[in-house]
Amino acid sequence: MKHRYLPMTESDQKAMLEKIGVSSVEELFSDIPESVRFKGEYKIKPAKSETALLKELTKMAQKNADLRTNTSFLGAGVYDHYMPIIVDHVLSRSEFYTAYTPYQPEISQGELQAIFEFQTMICELTGMDVANSSMYDGGTALAEAAMLSAGSTRRKKILISSAVHPESKEVVKTYAKGQYIEVIEIPHKDGITDLEALNGMIGDDIAAVIVQYPNFFGRVEPLKELEEIIHAHKSMFVVSSNPLALGALTPPGKFGADIVAGDAQVFGIPTAFGGPHCGYFAVTSKLMRKVPGRLVGQTVDDQGRRGFVLTLQAREQHIRRDKATSNICSNQALNALAASVAMTALGKKGVKDMAAANMQKAHYAKQQFKAAGFEVPFEGPSFNEFVIKLNQPVKEVNQKLLEKDIIGGYDLGRDYADLKSHMLVAVTELRTKEEIDAFVKEMGDYHA
Amino acid sequence: MHKEDQPLIFELSTEGRIGYSLPEMDIPEIALSELLPEGYLREEEPELPEVSELDIMRHYTALSKRNHGVDSGFYPLGSCTMKYNPKINENVARFNGFAHLHPLQDESSVQGALELMYDLQEHLIEITGMDEVTLQPAAGAHGEWTGLMMIRAYHEANGDTKRTKVVVPDSAHGTNPASATVAGFETITVKSDENGLVDLEDLRRVVGEDTAALMLTNPNTLGLFEENILEMAEIVHGAGGKLYYDGANLNAVLSKARPGDMGFDVVHLNLHKTFTGPHGGGGPGSGPVGVKADLIPFLPKPVLVKKGDQYEFDYDRPQSIGRVKPYYGNFGINVRAYTYIRTMGPDGLKAVTENAVLNANYMMRRLAPFYDLPFDRHCKHEFVLSGKRQKKLGVRTLDIAKRLLDFGYHPPTIYFPLNVEECIMIEPTETESKETLDAFVDAMIQIAKEAEENPEIVQEAPHTTVIGRLDETMAARKPVLRYQKQ
Repeated sequence: MKHRYLPMTESDQKAMLEKIGVSSVEELFSDIPESVRFKGEYKIKPAKSETALLKELTKMAQKNADLRTNTSFLGAGVYDHYMPIIVDHVLSRSEFYTAYTPYQPEISQGELQAIFEFQTMICELTGMDVANSSMYDGGTALAEAAMLSAGSTRRKKILISSAVHPESKEVVKTYAKGQYIEVIEIPHKDGITDLEALNGMIGDDIAAVIVQYPNFFGRVEPLKELEEIIHAHKSMFVVSSNPLALGALTPPGKFGADIVAGDAQVFGIPTAFGGPHCGYFAVTSKLMRKVPGRLVGQTVDDQGRRGFVLTLQAREQHIRRDKATSNICSNQALNALAASVAMTALGKKGVKDMAAANMQKAHYAKQQFKAAGFEVPFEGPSFNEFVIKLNQPVKEVNQKLLEKDIIGGYDLGRDYADLKSHMLVAVTELRTKEEIDAFVKEMGDYHA
Repeated sequence: MHKEDQPLIFELSTEGRIGYSLPEMDIPEIALSELLPEGYLREEEPELPEVSELDIMRHYTALSKRNHGVDSGFYPLGSCTMKYNPKINENVARFNGFAHLHPLQDESSVQGALELMYDLQEHLIEITGMDEVTLQPAAGAHGEWTGLMMIRAYHEANGDTKRTKVVVPDSAHGTNPASATVAGFETITVKSDENGLVDLEDLRRVVGEDTAALMLTNPNTLGLFEENILEMAEIVHGAGGKLYYDGANLNAVLSKARPGDMGFDVVHLNLHKTFTGPHGGGGPGSGPVGVKADLIPFLPKPVLVKKGDQYEFDYDRPQSIGRVKPYYGNFGINVRAYTYIRTMGPDGLKAVTENAVLNANYMMRRLAPFYDLPFDRHCKHEFVLSGKRQKKLGVRTLDIAKRLLDFGYHPPTIYFPLNVEECIMIEPTETESKETLDAFVDAMIQIAKEAEENPEIVQEAPHTTVIGRLDETMAARKPVLRYQKQ
């Protein structure tokens, strides 16, 4: 058959078969026993031409309510942010996206250098010493942090705040099951980790305490007090953090965090229905040789010129095999590149301004909701999200909002039995005053 | 490639320059110090670069010129299936209705996305011969671990708690034993025989009532089809274990043999290999997992279901292993794989495998006189050579790989699998023309001759790249993992 991705011609095939010394392509499959041979063709949809397929998939995409044509107040770990146009132009350089892991550094300096720069930017934002080349996403990065903690402390219990993203919590629990590690939740009090409860739960058998900063409800966790409690028991202090928020908030590194993990989706990566995003993983220099995933390091060539290589590979699965502490092989290189370009475009000043705009706009929206008579249960310092209490189910409200081309906030009742009819509202720098006011008014109308 | 050193983006930074355009602040501003408790307002600014938009574009364009991708040239990296990444996939993945969806939107507002996911699952079920597929795992290794966690849950649900061991061939990918460890198992290695296939006697010896599963790549990492697969399945199933299929090499058997028909219970696929998701410089990938009926209850949740003409997520899965990833997998990569499958159709996918296998066998036969061929039989989509003969002349496989750089090629995978000395593992894929294959083979033949006549030129390679061989020992001994402002 002829296909634009398959250059083989009949005369090529004839010449090649001759060289191999067989009379048909079929003969090359004679080693597959008859009993397991698949006969005939797959019962799948027939091929479509480029034009026809584009048409069909365009229609399929249009069935979805996207964030470009609707106004979104939904966050809960994935955010609709300013994406500098330049990001996609860099990403479209196919020398980047059609390459694989830089196993041959001499012809992969571009990728290696870009990752080295990414590692540096993550260190800068988190206030940590070392960052890896990226992880699948924030949830699995956090799970790897839990595993690293258990391995390094030789303890088998993890405490995780109930104000950590519910889906990340679930992922941590799945990974923990694999390693026979117990995960216990610390309750929250008024939307932040309950320090008193933590004091009662922590002991010298706790490998790590995991909190989120800002937490799932948007609140700023008291990292200073948490650190004192956690390190008094030589447990690892693990912080899941939105790196954009760190443009405005004191970084976890300053508060003595041992591991900071999270997702860089906020920097130039589309929401993409939940993935691919870009996990990051940063640690103190003490933990450098225990980091999962790939690390890029600087070195020199035989003429003393600066260059970059994958390094400290003795930690990794392809060397350690069953002794490896993590099985991660790939990273999210292309998305780490996207995040690097976005962080570069924002730069020192932009990241601060963008973080500030999120806080300001969310604060404004919160005040408008209060003025409209909504209860704001977890009042206190927050980043770009806050909780409001509705007098009807969130799902129903969201369906009404959809008719007005608004994507409403997250239904907290899905994860917290005591937070039925509570909506987590996200307001990023993209939302205008007009959009916020219209949203509050619409919500007020339902609330009456 | 560009020869000049490209400064780090931080070295190009000039105070006061900007590269962004944030939305207008149209609300009254309040000092952040009023919104945050004391000590929580960042004082020290992060040292991010300060550059203009053109500075950024030039920097990354310069970096891209110092990088080799499939679009730059031939990339026969064994086991990685570096085929052409179709451009229509990139367009479709960027549609607003796919790229800009929030995973937590009401299901009624994302029916098109769910339809695509569901239909992709259906296609993968047919292609693998399994009963159900989850798209949640983010990559191949993640899929391996997900599959093993399901096997563990299955045995535990049967009260079969003594099954603590996973059997892995000595030729297996490093992720196999690592995934087994992370899933809480102990790894047992089974030997290969002189034909490069799993040694059945040794398999019988290591499999027993403590066996949870055998992990197998078929064709294996030597590019050889495990022809005793049904017997192996019998041995493992007979002992009560499960059979796990590492789908890294699926490109070799599309329309020819399905893992489900070979007796496999769990399968993971690498959509970024067989199904053209771009490798992205090391990711993102996508690693869906397919299972037979008896493992369905243990799938990660939520499971996508179709009710009438509506799609929804089922969270009520009491025996599920839980979530392995937030949300529903690497949707953007799944969109690309779906677009590819719909571009190829059933006859297209069959031609993919036939051409991939033809290309590999052709190269193998042309190279056989010049390099040692440890397993002289038809290969599937890839084959291994040994650089033993050249090693005796003082030229190592690493040198051969570096010399290939001078010809503008990405070298094959080297020193893997571990059971072949001075291994060179070549996977041409089906998207390369005969002219490309011939040119590469000619370069390999020239290098073999150089090894005999002028070994220095190979030993000292590469000669034409932007940088020479790098000091990896120094990189590991004195790690510099980030830029520090002087």
